Amino acid sequence: MGTLVEEIFSRKAGQPVKAGEIVILDVDFSMSHDNTTPLAIKAFREIGKPIKDKNKIVLHFDHAYPAPNILAAENHKLISDFASEQALPNLFKQGVCHQVMIEEGFVKPGALIIGADSHTNTYGALGAFGTGLGSSEIGAAWVTGKCWFRVPESILIRLNGKTQKGVFAKDVMLFIAGKMGMDGATYRSVEFGGDYITNLPMHERIIFSNMSTEIGAKCGLIAPDAITLDYLKKECKANGKLETFEAVDARYEQVLEIQVSDIGPQVACHPDVDNVKPIEETTGLKLDEIFIGTCTNGRFEDLEIAAAILAGRKVHAGTRVIVTPASEKIYIKALQAGLIDCLMKAGCFVNGYGCGACIGRHGGILAAGERALTTMNRNFIGRMGSPEAEIYLASPATAAASALSGVISDPRNHADAF
Amino acid sequence: MGKAWKFGENLNTDEIIPGRFNITTDPRELAKHVFCEIRPDYTENAAAGDIIVGGRNFGCGSSREHAPIAIKGSGVKCVIAPSYARIFFRNAINIGLPILECSASADIEEGDELEVDLARGLIENLSKGSRYQANPLPDFVLKIAAGGGIVNFLKNHNIDELI
Repeated sequence: MGTLVEEIFSRKAGQPVKAGEIVILDVDFSMSHDNTTPLAIKAFREIGKPIKDKNKIVLHFDHAYPAPNILAAENHKLISDFASEQALPNLFKQGVCHQVMIEEGFVKPGALIIGADSHTNTYGALGAFGTGLGSSEIGAAWVTGKCWFRVPESILIRLNGKTQKGVFAKDVMLFIAGKMGMDGATYRSVEFGGDYITNLPMHERIIFSNMSTEIGAKCGLIAPDAITLDYLKKECKANGKLETFEAVDARYEQVLEIQVSDIGPQVACHPDVDNVKPIEETTGLKLDEIFIGTCTNGRFEDLEIAAAILAGRKVHAGTRVIVTPASEKIYIKALQAGLIDCLMKAGCFVNGYGCGACIGRHGGILAAGERALTTMNRNFIGRMGSPEAEIYLASPATAAASALSGVISDPRNHADAF
Repeated sequence: MGKAWKFGENLNTDEIIPGRFNITTDPRELAKHVFCEIRPDYTENAAAGDIIVGGRNFGCGSSREHAPIAIKGSGVKCVIAPSYARIFFRNAINIGLPILECSASADIEEGDELEVDLARGLIENLSKGSRYQANPLPDFVLKIAAGGGIVNFLKNHNIDELI
């Protein structure tokens, strides 16, 4: 009953709860990765009490894996030793944490997952409550199995119609970020609905939940439906009871209606994710690096669209194009489908699965004065290396179109690829 | 009494402490690099008891707890801003970095000498002769803060005691 977050929290609480209330709920899973687990271990050791349920702890090596330097290697060793010491069954080195959480079946409709990573919101695309917290709270949850929440108010973004050819979910979400601003949804649950969403395949839905973080949201939810259940059965190891549900008699603080057919390809310009412009205003900007990957747009379908545009052609000689599949599973599928071959023949550098260049620790760092166009979700100054580099965000189609010319280019010029 | 260090709105956690320094958890190490790219003069010139004054949406971006730890590690007395990004807010309370929510922070300028009564949320601007009142924190948040952060609280209490 109520908004999606009220529905999920009420089920967990065993009684109806409403926005504004403070609740303490059992969490289904606590997630952390190689950047954030060391602090969680520190907090856990200091609390000095035992782990409540080791099956509910999920650890990932993704941000700096394999280790690019000695300190990162020491962190991995610290975490691995801890996992052995505590007999933790869930330590993954298969790719970006959020992608692997979904693939391995931890994410189900109605689940409550906390993660020491701001993009834990990603799981909302499958109707789960996912939110980012600091490492100490994750360490605390290892002991208590619980977390406190203030039930958030909800904003509904109703997306209607169909996108033009060459325009994708990333463009629609960048448009939303530009409209709402970086704190447009702070502390709110953002729900994405409307017939555009209900007809959208899961790999595109994920982008909305993933980037709800960029507008300050506590979570970004999409009502689980038949598409969700089908995806869970075919693509994920999810088992057990899988349910659909929707918002009922919901009260929203704000409702935004957007016609997606009005939206063209968008670019988030240096230095802010909400500095969004239609591609026409950025066309022709020279690019030193293009990076296709991440929890936002590193999926099979993203590589597929890039390969379709680049097939039989060569990327611009002055631009390095880096492709980083988000997970081992995606990498294998792309290999089998001939995508890696196609991308490499076009001149792309395809590296191992993981977060890659997004976090600025390896895999394509930028020098002062360089400009990159990427498919990630964040373009803060210094994010990918030098604070004197510029980062622009766009869809994989825009990235691939730009790879051919070496400047920001409109993917709609490659209509034959879609 | 502390000197105000003024920052703009939407100060993000990459600006507070870049990702490449997240390989250490040591507050003293992190403090050596806090604000290193946007205010390279900070680490050399900040004194213990100084105060960070920010704009809206302070601490947005990544969930890295290293951000409030780095700020606290540099000896800062507290942070004052009109609004905070949610993860930073929670992290700051959890690690014991005092934060005050105050819209009048816009009045404070770089270098102003401030006197802050954390318990009452009272800020006195000695350079301008002004006084500001910060918003009170919710009770259960005060319980965590009073407990010395989430880790200390849980050493001696049950999480259910929060509400």
